[in-house]
Amino acid sequence: MSSARAAHGPLDLLDPKERPYFDRYGNGLVVVLPPQRPGPSGWGRGGPPHGGAWIHLGADGTARAFTGKVEVGQGTRTALALLVAEELGLPLSSVDLTTGDTDACPWDMGTFGSRSMADAGEHLKMTAAAARAVLCAIAADRLGVAPSDVRLSDGNAWASGAPPVALRDLVKGLRRVEVVGPGVRPRTPTEWTRAGHPAANLAGREVVTGALRYTSDLRLPGMLHGKILFPPSCGATLRKVDLGRAQALPGVTVVHDGELVAVAAPDLLRARAALSAIRAEWTTSPQPSEKEIVDYLRAHPAEGEDTWDVVHHEVGDVEGALASAAVSLHATYTTAYIAHTPMETHAVVAAWDAGRLTVWLGSQTPFRSRDAISDALELSPAQVRVVVPPTGSGFGGKHAAELAVVAARLARAAGHPVRIAYTREEEFSRAYLRPMAVIDVRSGAAKDGTLLAWEFHDLNAGSAAARTPYTVANQKVDNQPAESPLAQGSYRALAATANNFARESHMDELAARVGADPVEYRLRHLDDDRLAAVLRAVAERAGWTARPAGASTPSGSGCGIAVGVEKGGRVATFAEVRVGADRRVEVVRVVTGYECGAIVHPTNLRSQVEGGTVMALGGALFEAIHFENGKILNPKLSEYRVPRFRDVPPIDVVLLDRPDLPSQGAGETPLIALAPAIANAIFDATGVRLRSLPLVPDGTVP
Amino acid sequence: MAPDERGGSARSSPRLRVNGIDHPVALDRDRSLLYVLREELGLTGTKYGCGEGECGACKVLIDGVAVRSCMTPVGEAVGRSITTIEGLADGERLHPVQEAFLEAGAFQCGYCTPGMILAVVALLSRTPHPTDPEVRAGLDGNLCRCGGYLRILEATRNASERLAPTRREAP
Repeated sequence: MSSARAAHGPLDLLDPKERPYFDRYGNGLVVVLPPQRPGPSGWGRGGPPHGGAWIHLGADGTARAFTGKVEVGQGTRTALALLVAEELGLPLSSVDLTTGDTDACPWDMGTFGSRSMADAGEHLKMTAAAARAVLCAIAADRLGVAPSDVRLSDGNAWASGAPPVALRDLVKGLRRVEVVGPGVRPRTPTEWTRAGHPAANLAGREVVTGALRYTSDLRLPGMLHGKILFPPSCGATLRKVDLGRAQALPGVTVVHDGELVAVAAPDLLRARAALSAIRAEWTTSPQPSEKEIVDYLRAHPAEGEDTWDVVHHEVGDVEGALASAAVSLHATYTTAYIAHTPMETHAVVAAWDAGRLTVWLGSQTPFRSRDAISDALELSPAQVRVVVPPTGSGFGGKHAAELAVVAARLARAAGHPVRIAYTREEEFSRAYLRPMAVIDVRSGAAKDGTLLAWEFHDLNAGSAAARTPYTVANQKVDNQPAESPLAQGSYRALAATANNFARESHMDELAARVGADPVEYRLRHLDDDRLAAVLRAVAERAGWTARPAGASTPSGSGCGIAVGVEKGGRVATFAEVRVGADRRVEVVRVVTGYECGAIVHPTNLRSQVEGGTVMALGGALFEAIHFENGKILNPKLSEYRVPRFRDVPPIDVVLLDRPDLPSQGAGETPLIALAPAIANAIFDATGVRLRSLPLVPDGTVP
Repeated sequence: MAPDERGGSARSSPRLRVNGIDHPVALDRDRSLLYVLREELGLTGTKYGCGEGECGACKVLIDGVAVRSCMTPVGEAVGRSITTIEGLADGERLHPVQEAFLEAGAFQCGYCTPGMILAVVALLSRTPHPTDPEVRAGLDGNLCRCGGYLRILEATRNASERLAPTRREAP
C-alpha cells in the first residue's frame, strides 16, 4: 500500500480488514464492525443499511472511535463517547470520537430520523464490547488467569492477585485487526457506571470561549468568498445575463453554466459588489399563493420519490363502521410551511489539491453529499472528501449538497479555495422548508365513546406517526405526497408533528363529543403499556383532574393533554393556557414526559426534550412562511418569528428510564405532542377548536 | 483626551482596541464592526446570524455594554474598548459566566453562545441580581434556536450568585 493512499482516501470504500488503520493512527488494536449493505428491496432484515463502526486502541491509551453519524448540536457526540467509555472502562477523556469525515468514518446514510442512538449507539457499543473481550483475553494471557477473571477499569486491566496492566501496554506494538463476531455481550444498563449518569458535553470549553470553529468560521490561505445569483422567485428561469461588469472587476471569478451564475472574490464585500454588477433578466410563470395552497396541494398529488415513506394500512370495514356509528366526526387539519432557521446558515468551504476535492460542509449527510458532489463533478467518490465541522444546528435542514457543488466549481475555476455562506435572507428563500400538510380525519364511535372507525389521510407530510396507537377495529390510514410549489424537505419531527397534531386534536374532539375525560378516553383505547405509563406520569405530575374534554363554560383558562409514539420513543405533553379578554394566548406551563428506553446521557436528554419543546412551541403557535406567486414574503428574522425568551413557559420534564429496553433517540419525538396539547388547552379555555398550525399566528384566538 | 488614547494619532490610521490590543483599521461605511472582527481580525467567535440586529449572535461588549456588531459601523467603535468572547476569560481562567454556562449545560449547538454569554455579562454588570423576568427581558434580543433558554436562565442565576453573592444573615 502506498503511503499516499495510507494518508488520504476514504476508509469506508476498502475492505474492513484491509484499511490502513495503523499507518494513519499508529500501532495498536483495531476492532471493526463490518458494514451492512442495503438489501435488494431497500432496508434488509437487520434494519437500515449501515457502515459499521471501528475503534482503534493505541499505545497512547486513547480509544479512537469512528462513526458515520454527525454532531450538529444535538449532543450525541458525548452520548456515543459515553457508551464506548463504559464498555472499555475508560474515562470519557480517553475516548476520542471522530464523526463527519468521509475519509475516516464508516459510511452512513445520514443523521436523521433520530437514529444516532439506535444505530450508531448500538454499533459503537457492540464494537467496544468486542474490543473489551479482546483486551481481556490479551490481559488474561499475560497475567496467567482466565479471561473471565479480568475486568477493565480506569484504563487498566485488573485480575485479583496481580498488579494492574495499563491498556496502552496491552496493545503496544500490535497491528491486529479483529472483526466483531457473534456472541458479543455489551454491559447491561443496570451495570453502567459512566453511561446513564450526568456528564458534561465534550467541547464545552471551546464553545464558551468562542474557540470552536464552525464551517462559516474556516479561513484557508488564498480563500475566496463566493456568492450565487438566485432567481427572484420560485420557478423563474434565466433569460438573459450580462456578466461583463462583474468579470471586469479585479480578482473576481465568474462561473456561468445554464441556470448557474456564481462569483468569487477575495473578500465578501467585493463578492457582493460583483454579484450586484450582474445584469440578469428572468422569465417567470404564475405560481400558487398561500391563500389557495390547500386546494392546490389537493389537486396536485405526486408520485412519492421516497417509496419507503408510505403508509397504507387497512383493517376491517371503515365505511360500514362509520355508517353505523352513533357518533361520527369529520375534520381537516393543516400545518404551515415553516423554516428550520438554524442559527448558522448553510455554509461550505471547498478546496482542490492535486485533483482531489475537500469540502467542509455543515451537513447531516456527509456520505450522501460525497456521492452527490462526485456525481455532479464527474469524479469518483474516492476523489472527494467531505468533512463536517461543528455545525450551528440542522433540524433536518442540512441534507443538500448543491451549495458544495457550486463552491467546488468556483474553486476549480479560480484555482483557490472558496467559501460560501448563505445570508439569513438566502437561508429563508433558498433552503427547503418543512412541507405543508393537509390531513383529513373521519371517525366513528359508539354512544359510550368506544372508537369503532378511524380513517386518516395525510397529504404531503409523510408516513411518520400516521398510524394510530389507539385500538380501533376498523381503520384506514394512508398518506399521499403532493407537488409543492415551494422547495420542501426533511424537518425535525416533520410528519410526526403534523399527523400527531391531527390525531390528538381529533381524539380530544371525540372525547368532548361523548363527554369523556381526555386522559381516561386515551387510556381506554391504549394497549401500548409504555405510552400509557408516560401519559399517567405526566397527568400525575401536572396535577390533572378528571373532567369532560372542553369546558361547557369556557373560563379563559384551560388545560390540554396529548400523547405520541414515534421512532421508538413515547411522549406525553400537558399544556396549560390562559386566554385573556383581549383573546391573547399565554402558555402558562408545560409538562412533558418522555421515555426512550435506557437513558445514556441524562443531562443531554433533558436538554433535548426541553429544547425540542421550545422549537415545537414556535411551530405550534406562530411560525409560518408566507408566500405569494412564488415569492417568500417574510425571509427575515424580523418578519419570521421564532421562539424567544419571552415565549418560553416553565417546562417540567419527566424522564422515564427503562434500563430493560434499548436506547432510542430523543431529537424528534419529544416535539410531537405539544401542538395538540396546546390546541386542546385552548379549546378547554375558550370552546374554540383550532385545526391549523400555527394556532395563533397573531397571538390571539379568533 | 489625547489622540493616542482615542485609538490613533492624527497621522497614523485609526485603531480599533479589541480585547486590549490595538489594530489599525480602515474606516468606510460598508464595514460593520462584525465584518472587521471576523474577516479582518480573524476573531470568528463573534457570529453572523441575521445581519439586521434580530438574533444577538454578533453581540460584543463596547465599554461594557452589549451591542450588536452587525449593526455597528466600525467607525463608531474606534476609540472605545471592545471585548469579544475571545477576550472574556482571564488567560486560562474562565469568566464566571462562562463557567456557569458550562456547568448548566446552557448550550447545544453553541452557535448563539458567544453572543448570549456577552449579553449575560452586560446584564449582570447592570443588574447584579436580576429577577427571572428581568433576565428574560434582558436577553430577549438573543435567539437560541436549539431552545436552550431555560438552561441559560439557570446559568445566569448561578453566575449572578457567583459574581455577587447574596449576603446571608448571620445565624
